[in-house]
Amino acid sequence: MTTSAVGTPAAPGEAIPKASFDWKPIALLVAVMALAVPAVGSTSSWITLTVAGLSMGLIVFVIASGLTLVFGLMDVLNFGHGVFIALGAFVATSVMGYGAGAGWGGFASIFAAMGVAMAVAGAVGWAFERIIVRPVYGLHLKQILITMGGMIVGEEIIKVIWGPLQIALPLPDELRGAWYFGDAGIEKYRIMAAGIGLVVLALLVYTLNRTKIGLLIRAGVQDRSMVEALGYRIRRLFVGVFVAGSALAGLGGVLWGLYQQSVTPQIGAQVNVLIFIVIIIGGLGSTFGCLVGALLVGLMANYTGFLAPKVALFSNIALMVAILLWRPQGLYPVTNR
Amino acid sequence: MTAVLELSGVHTHIGAYHILHGVDLEVPEGQVTMLLGRNGAGKTTTLRTIMGLYPASRGEIRFRGQPIHGRETPDIAQRGIAYVPETMGIFTDLTVQENMVLAAHAARHAGELDKARLDWIFALFPALKKFWLYPAGKLSGGQKQMLAVARAIVEPRALILIDEPSKGLAPSIVNNLIGALRELKSQRTTILLVEQNFQVARALGDTVAVMDDGRVVHHGAMAELAADEGLQQRLLGLSLGAHA
Repeated sequence: MTTSAVGTPAAPGEAIPKASFDWKPIALLVAVMALAVPAVGSTSSWITLTVAGLSMGLIVFVIASGLTLVFGLMDVLNFGHGVFIALGAFVATSVMGYGAGAGWGGFASIFAAMGVAMAVAGAVGWAFERIIVRPVYGLHLKQILITMGGMIVGEEIIKVIWGPLQIALPLPDELRGAWYFGDAGIEKYRIMAAGIGLVVLALLVYTLNRTKIGLLIRAGVQDRSMVEALGYRIRRLFVGVFVAGSALAGLGGVLWGLYQQSVTPQIGAQVNVLIFIVIIIGGLGSTFGCLVGALLVGLMANYTGFLAPKVALFSNIALMVAILLWRPQGLYPVTNR
Repeated sequence: MTAVLELSGVHTHIGAYHILHGVDLEVPEGQVTMLLGRNGAGKTTTLRTIMGLYPASRGEIRFRGQPIHGRETPDIAQRGIAYVPETMGIFTDLTVQENMVLAAHAARHAGELDKARLDWIFALFPALKKFWLYPAGKLSGGQKQMLAVARAIVEPRALILIDEPSKGLAPSIVNNLIGALRELKSQRTTILLVEQNFQVARALGDTVAVMDDGRVVHHGAMAELAADEGLQQRLLGLSLGAHA
């Protein structure tokens, strides 16, 4: 047989459909924003709430993106992710406090705090993976128990270092106040937080789609044993993703602490609930789903907080239930899972 | 003929189940070795044990004279063994191009793929060129199988393990696949091919090993088995007439 007879192209009848993007979750996001316009009543309030919601969503995305990849790659349920958030926030109190004392406050102290928080959270993440997570690969129940235990121990260590009380994390003067567009006031800090969230998003999108490491991560999320059969050490990749995810959680902790303008040792446990809602809504292992889920959660929290503060307490749980009834695997389920 | 791969007395347990009961097998260089047997005979487990996806509990696996049992799967693959699983192992969310880049260790992106080798692959499987930038999940079953084989040959390999490539494919697609595998055979590629389809086995095999109950119960030339209907009946419960 000659090679020309081999592998005949698909006949017209079996033509492959064009690659299509699932727009429905994006449409849902837009619909939520649109429905909020008449509900809120005032355009300026709507703009303020929407920008605040998107900003909060991007901060949550920064925190949750690493967690969803960790789960996607190795099926590891890391309930200890919150400790990296808390660590990032507390490191920020020390660095920014030192910066203020040394006379280099403002933007310099914020960016220094972010850098140090990422480095510390990343290093602790490396140790956390090695000591706590590695012995329980493939054992979900043990993962839940030991990572929650890890978070409790982490919280106690934070109390030993920084004390058990709430610590103020004030915004520098440059980021206080708001810019006004007509009657709509947009807080300066939220714009900066959204900007950082977008930079992280762009870096993640570039890494995942334009580099071989990203290709390996995306493939590993789908079928890690096949990635290994192609000759790649998925565990090394996982350690890298775990460290990067921990560093991002540390960065998110700084942003969240500045957003709240105070930090407590329980900050990680509080945000943990939110980020698990986000990664479940988005589809476990899906980075883009994580983004859309985080934006939905941010918007819902802000709209319901304005419209019906009591409803805001369970609005995100209700959102998760509604989305799982619509799409039981989340908004963007990862194939093969 | 030098054996590229040698298994001697290989046992494999999966959980509480004892699947392989001392497999002895030699895969000669530059030949297509068929691994035949009824369902549950242990063919897939043998391939997965060679790849280190199941640990061998006893026995020895040597590749080019070096022991590889107990090694991790990535280490085994890096020595030059490609594996096409029964499930094909296609990354459906990635494009055809991305699947190929992933399989090519030397390439960081599509631009670094070996152009001449890619042209050769496109000649074998023209559908892959046509759907190069499409998500692999959109391909038909036959095209996915072609991608799975193409991925295994995107770089030169010392040995290719292929598990039931014809399973579930239409006869015309199976013929295309046989043609492509014959082309690989003509290039002296060493292949260990698990097949249930005796027509495919007869068309491609140089040597054959037949498994039953976790052991190799027959080893010899494929032509001999193809010519001996009684042996086929005894080993596989087959009749050559039924596959003519």
